[in-house]
Amino acid sequence: MNGAHDLGGMHGFGDVNPEQNEPVFHAEWEKRVLGLFVPVSAVGPFCVDEFRARIERMGATNYLSTSYYEHWLHAFETLAVEKGCVTKEELKAGKSFTPRGESTPPVLAKDVPYISSHGSSARIDEAITPKFKVGNLVMVNNNHPENHTRCPRYARDKLGSIEKDNGVFVFPDTAAHGQGDNPQHCYSVRFDAKELWGSDASEKDSVYIDLWDDYLTLA
Amino acid sequence: MSDHDHNHDHANSRPLTDVELRVKALEQVLTEKGLVDPAAVDALIETYETKVGPHNGAQVVARAWTDPEYKKRLLINGTEAIAELGYSGIQGEDMVVVENTSNIHNVLVCTLCSCYPWPTLGLPPVWYKSAPYRSRVVSQPREVLKEFGVELDKNTEVRVWDSTAELRYMVLPERPQGTELLSENELSSLVTRDSMIGVEVLKKAESQGVSE
Repeated sequence: MNGAHDLGGMHGFGDVNPEQNEPVFHAEWEKRVLGLFVPVSAVGPFCVDEFRARIERMGATNYLSTSYYEHWLHAFETLAVEKGCVTKEELKAGKSFTPRGESTPPVLAKDVPYISSHGSSARIDEAITPKFKVGNLVMVNNNHPENHTRCPRYARDKLGSIEKDNGVFVFPDTAAHGQGDNPQHCYSVRFDAKELWGSDASEKDSVYIDLWDDYLTLA
Repeated sequence: MSDHDHNHDHANSRPLTDVELRVKALEQVLTEKGLVDPAAVDALIETYETKVGPHNGAQVVARAWTDPEYKKRLLINGTEAIAELGYSGIQGEDMVVVENTSNIHNVLVCTLCSCYPWPTLGLPPVWYKSAPYRSRVVSQPREVLKEFGVELDKNTEVRVWDSTAELRYMVLPERPQGTELLSENELSSLVTRDSMIGVEVLKKAESQGVSE
């Protein structure tokens, strides 16, 4: 999706303004949102690609005028409703309209040390033939899907070289929309800064982007 | 406690904002349905506020500076080498470590969202998640680095890593000169979050200088 989230190379956002001695959180509600990520994604359930796709669809103006944890909140609300966990009316009222079931929450406090220290890899242990080898020159396909993709706009139609095969991973473009993992190789692809940004860029500089088989064509 | 009290911030007794009300509502509804355990939310907050942070990554860097065999393993398989020190987990499942040297400078970004190696660096700072950094560091890395106080020689090679997939990157900063006699523990205290993102070059701390 050619959304406002796809920021690489855009102009007009001003200077980077690092905050000195920045706290981990800036408000209590941010903490609750961070803490809800693991429990809510287990309840949906939903994967990180589905989560990102909902953020990307919140609308360009809304995306740019809200903070990181507001993006998360939007995705939680949207997915909790889409997955049938809650209704919009319940969220508006701030209370459940159905009696509490017998279910135990899928993530309990005692599970947190294990979950936070193990995570869940998107790597898939499946023998799939890679389409490319290290050293291959590749063109990034010039596609503009309206759905979720992890192929940034600034890389499309650009020439790069395969630097490393990272192995087989879930393909976000399908996983984000309930169309399966579509496992395939994901590579670290190197682009000369001049190829991406033109003659003003330094010939010394490069950008490395992780791209999947389906984004690339042998040059 | 009345509903009225629930909708106020107790610290300064102001009405809750729209966002605060939405967060409360979401957690409340999911809790009432037996889907979310608020104690699990508390435990996750505590984990990322107090346990996981850049002090973890600093241990990895200090080990790599003092143990050449560890450094070799770290650069070949970041995930396994970092796991040796116990810093695995969410948003660090598949790690790649890139080394800064006298002529190569690596810097990290996620232009599409804000991917960041949580187990070693903690949660990302606001500037890393914001539009100015994400839009500019891929196209104007030298200018952005200059704003952070890093002036690179024109012959230095700049490599920008855009974390578009589920690999998470971490920079192994160059060990500052004059730190040869420091212990691993002393070295780890020199390592900053920004140096592991690649927006800072470490200098020898004067207070820890070795006497001539």
